[in-house]
Amino acid sequence: MIDLRELYQETIFDHYRKPRNYGRLDGANRRAEGYNPLCGDKVVLYLRVENGVILDVRFEGSGCAIATASASLLTENIKGRSEEEALQLMDGFIGMVTGVATTGELGKLEVLAGVREFPQRVKCATLAWHTMKAALKNADEPVTTE
Amino acid sequence: MNPAELQHDSDDLQVLRWRADFPILETQVHGKELVYLDNAATTQKPLAVIEAVSGYYRHYNANVHRGIHALSQRATDAFEAARAKVQRLINAASPDEIIFVRGTTDAINLVAQSYGRSRIKAGDEIILSQMEHHSNIVPWQLLCQQTGASLRIIPVDDSGELQMEAFYALLNERTRLVAVAHVSNTLGTINPVRRIIEYAHAHNVPVLLDGAQAIAHLPVDVQALDCDFYAFSGHKLYGPTGVGVLYGKAALLDAMPPYQGGGNMIRTVSFEGTTYNTLPYKFEAGTPNIAGVIGLGAAVDYVTGIGFDALAMHEQALLAYATPLLADIPGLRIIGRAREKTGILSFVLEGAHPHDIGTILDTQGVAIRTGHHCTMPLMARFGVAATARASFALYNTRQEADALVAAIYKVKEMFER
Repeated sequence: MIDLRELYQETIFDHYRKPRNYGRLDGANRRAEGYNPLCGDKVVLYLRVENGVILDVRFEGSGCAIATASASLLTENIKGRSEEEALQLMDGFIGMVTGVATTGELGKLEVLAGVREFPQRVKCATLAWHTMKAALKNADEPVTTE
Repeated sequence: MNPAELQHDSDDLQVLRWRADFPILETQVHGKELVYLDNAATTQKPLAVIEAVSGYYRHYNANVHRGIHALSQRATDAFEAARAKVQRLINAASPDEIIFVRGTTDAINLVAQSYGRSRIKAGDEIILSQMEHHSNIVPWQLLCQQTGASLRIIPVDDSGELQMEAFYALLNERTRLVAVAHVSNTLGTINPVRRIIEYAHAHNVPVLLDGAQAIAHLPVDVQALDCDFYAFSGHKLYGPTGVGVLYGKAALLDAMPPYQGGGNMIRTVSFEGTTYNTLPYKFEAGTPNIAGVIGLGAAVDYVTGIGFDALAMHEQALLAYATPLLADIPGLRIIGRAREKTGILSFVLEGAHPHDIGTILDTQGVAIRTGHHCTMPLMARFGVAATARASFALYNTRQEADALVAAIYKVKEMFER
């Protein structure tokens, strides 16, 4: 039996209904768009990076509860980190939701660990992270989950 | 007991008999009985189809149209018998007008590249509608890029019906083809294709119908419709995947150049030049999907055995039963309220994204489709990124519609805490 509560934890609903750091970021110097063509989820990520440190981050977009909560949690968890740390966090997060790595060191992001039981939803959870990576590389091309 | 209840009871008994023909309906998912409501994506297969496919591989697997030996003759006979069954299903004038292809997409690409590239030039126009599946948009866009022709789009109104006045205004002396869905895969709208064809023909413009969503739910008579091309897939008609049909009027097909070159489609080959085979083989290059075609023949036998009157009456009753149940759910909006519909219910729910709806329904055993349904222009028309879509087939029951509704209430319970 699959337990829906493992996936839809209260924290996820909270971030879905009240996404943190939502909206355009004035003074952003990195920006990337992410798109999941399967379900139409869309995210735009704005970063202000100075001397290799992510000083500020905001996002816009529309998506399912998992995609929105994941983007919201991302903004909370990468602010103040170095680019390198943010990318390490991404690797850890993707390892967790795809079930290839055990969790640990991921803090609040672990509320999304339940995604590993729902392989169809991995792309929802990782969309914002792939978009962050593109923004850090300052890629102009929109990233997609495909 | 009132007459309506009596009618329900006899309908229930009939559906139970049909359900017994589909082994997969016994399946459980996540510990729940499967409620399969994703029939617009693909239908399940009756035992007769499964056995026709495996029977070919077990007993007479051989290539067709080539061999001198017994198995090849049996395979060829079964293959051509399936063509005759499809011909009768859609009332084509001749079996030569039935081209076996991979599916609807392949059929439309064939027309775009063979008919389109030989007939359509820069400045010409092709009319599509706003509700088309990407498979009836992108092949024409490719053709436009190759030829310099352009697309004109029939708009859809708020109920999900084509705006016919706009269609009449779009058609002009530059129009070379009209290509529209017989039934919308997202909305379930049954389009007024007779009127479209009559009007287009009055201006000497041929019409292609994308029949992918019609073929399993409505009787289709290509001669009565007088359509020039009709495309459909086997797997939406209780048949195998990877096989479909292009119907074309013989005179049009005859005049068209080959689409793909290879074996079977030739009469003689030399390095100086090649002469082509007659219809339908001119368009069937290479070894075809023999098992698929034979399975499709069995599927045609299955649905004609039931009869379109009986299955359409059942599906319409189910749609009439389920529509108000869904519409009464607070916060739920049905997208597609055309007067004439097949059993498709697309909807959005306030506060819950279709993708979340799909996951939660799945845990309840209810299989639906969520997303843009390969109709992104139509999603934009209705101002949504995605919808959830339940689609009925002949084996669905009122109890399954109830299960859908209960599962949607489960979504609301989770998302409205």
